[in-house]
Amino acid sequence: MILEVLGLPFMQRALVAAVLVGLAAPAVGTYLVQRRLALMGDGIGHVALTGVALGFLLGTAPVLTAVVVATLGAVAMELIRGRGRLGGDVALAMLFYGGIAGGVLLIGLSDTGSSSSLLAYLFGSLTTVAPGDLWVISGLAVVVLGTTIGLRRALFALCQDEEFARVAGLPVRWLNILVAVTAALTVTVAMRVVGLLLVSALMVMPVATAQQFCRSFAGTLWLALGLGVAVSVLGVFGSYSLDVAPGATIVVLAIGAFVVASAVSSLRGRVPSVWGQRPVVAGGLPDDETDDDVAVRR
Amino acid sequence: MSEPAIGVSGARVHLGQQLVLDEVSVVVARGEVIALLGANGSGKSTLVRAALGLVPTTSGSVTLLGTPLGQFRAWERIGYVPQRVSATGGVPATVGEVVGSGRLTGRTWWRRTSPDDRAQIQHAMDAVGLGDLAGRSVNDLSGGQQQRVLIARALVRQPQVLFLDEPTAGVDRASQDAFAEALRQLVHRGTTVVLVLHELGVLGDLVQRSVVLRAGRVVHDGAPPPARPMHAGPDHDHVHPHAFDRRSSRELLP
Repeated sequence: MILEVLGLPFMQRALVAAVLVGLAAPAVGTYLVQRRLALMGDGIGHVALTGVALGFLLGTAPVLTAVVVATLGAVAMELIRGRGRLGGDVALAMLFYGGIAGGVLLIGLSDTGSSSSLLAYLFGSLTTVAPGDLWVISGLAVVVLGTTIGLRRALFALCQDEEFARVAGLPVRWLNILVAVTAALTVTVAMRVVGLLLVSALMVMPVATAQQFCRSFAGTLWLALGLGVAVSVLGVFGSYSLDVAPGATIVVLAIGAFVVASAVSSLRGRVPSVWGQRPVVAGGLPDDETDDDVAVRR
Repeated sequence: MSEPAIGVSGARVHLGQQLVLDEVSVVVARGEVIALLGANGSGKSTLVRAALGLVPTTSGSVTLLGTPLGQFRAWERIGYVPQRVSATGGVPATVGEVVGSGRLTGRTWWRRTSPDDRAQIQHAMDAVGLGDLAGRSVNDLSGGQQQRVLIARALVRQPQVLFLDEPTAGVDRASQDAFAEALRQLVHRGTTVVLVLHELGVLGDLVQRSVVLRAGRVVHDGAPPPARPMHAGPDHDHVHPHAFDRRSSRELLP
């Protein structure tokens, strides 16, 4: 069955796209989770919907308009977040809702698009990865991976402690915008395969799963990339054999992997650290712990 | 070398509508060790943050190593330990990774870790007594150890000017002693140190001068207040009526 599937040109394209998406999404997601902005990908996905609909309306490739609109939206979100506290929350919410509403509105106005074509972008579709899209997806994925892996020291420092990075002399404002743009590109890369509403799950879940087993940032990043590829490729096969949207199979697999990982790691005595930031120090107040206590536990 | 390490002159800082620093002037000579003291909300952390450009001044001027803050670019010479409860992020990171992030500067942030970086990272971890915990997740450390990680992250830059915001708050005694020893070596090498402190504690003998703030104004600038032997002395057994609260009594230990 697998050989037969691999012979289908649309499945070949879907699988290549799945590998790229499986790498790109967790690569950006690791930084978003690190700075506790796990839902940012979700927001960008909402905004990108307006871009897709704009493509239908203008008769151009939806991928390109989605890249432009998602990037603008992500930069706007970053500026709102950086600007300050008050009203930022509501401004972000408006951007999210505006993205979805704008998408539905514009697709209604266009002659070519319909609600059903929008559905393929919301939850992914195996048949929509056109040969031309593959080049765009590959190019964007190279940019995303080059940035997130090539600049990982600086991005780690930024996401770990933004104020410290500022005093260290790092170009914090530009790096922040770079993260936002990279996240926007990833959303567009991923929308064909997982869909705009589920892309955030592929950014976050592999990272949440990987950190059950890793003590280091580098380890978490690499394991998340591996898990991302695994669930994306398996999800595409599952989507084909069950005839359902690939976004659904990929995300269900990603959540399944997380649940299994949580069970395994709690059996090993490690409380999953996603549920709280005070996992390992069992008993006693953390501040009271001395080196001796640690030595005993080791 | 005649220029001061830090020169704050007539600085006013507003946070929202509130005036937090009012015409504060403090000059710190190179190699000097000063303590900024004062109650919560007196503006001592804000003074440090204004000197580093993290909060804007509404009037007045700041110089670092003789250069006006707006033109200052030599951030590799500056170390900063922010006031922080925890050194953790949303993703696990090892002690070595967090300390290593302190090696990045405005000129080198895109580079890979060099052998020199690695040597300095190990050296900084050793200096705060975390040398054998390099591979451990910061999430697994005690509060005091996490604070030491942040101190090592500042030390790893080999700064000429070091700002520390309440480095000993909530830190166990073993960590405080390790930190005091590391600081002593830095001072010996001529590092300028600005300490924001609640009370002098174990660092009392290092501090050469103290600046006391009250409600955003400098109310004392000179010799450190004498240690209160009943309270801050090393042999003082700190027992309060609230000593049943283990955490607070530990924190209050000198």
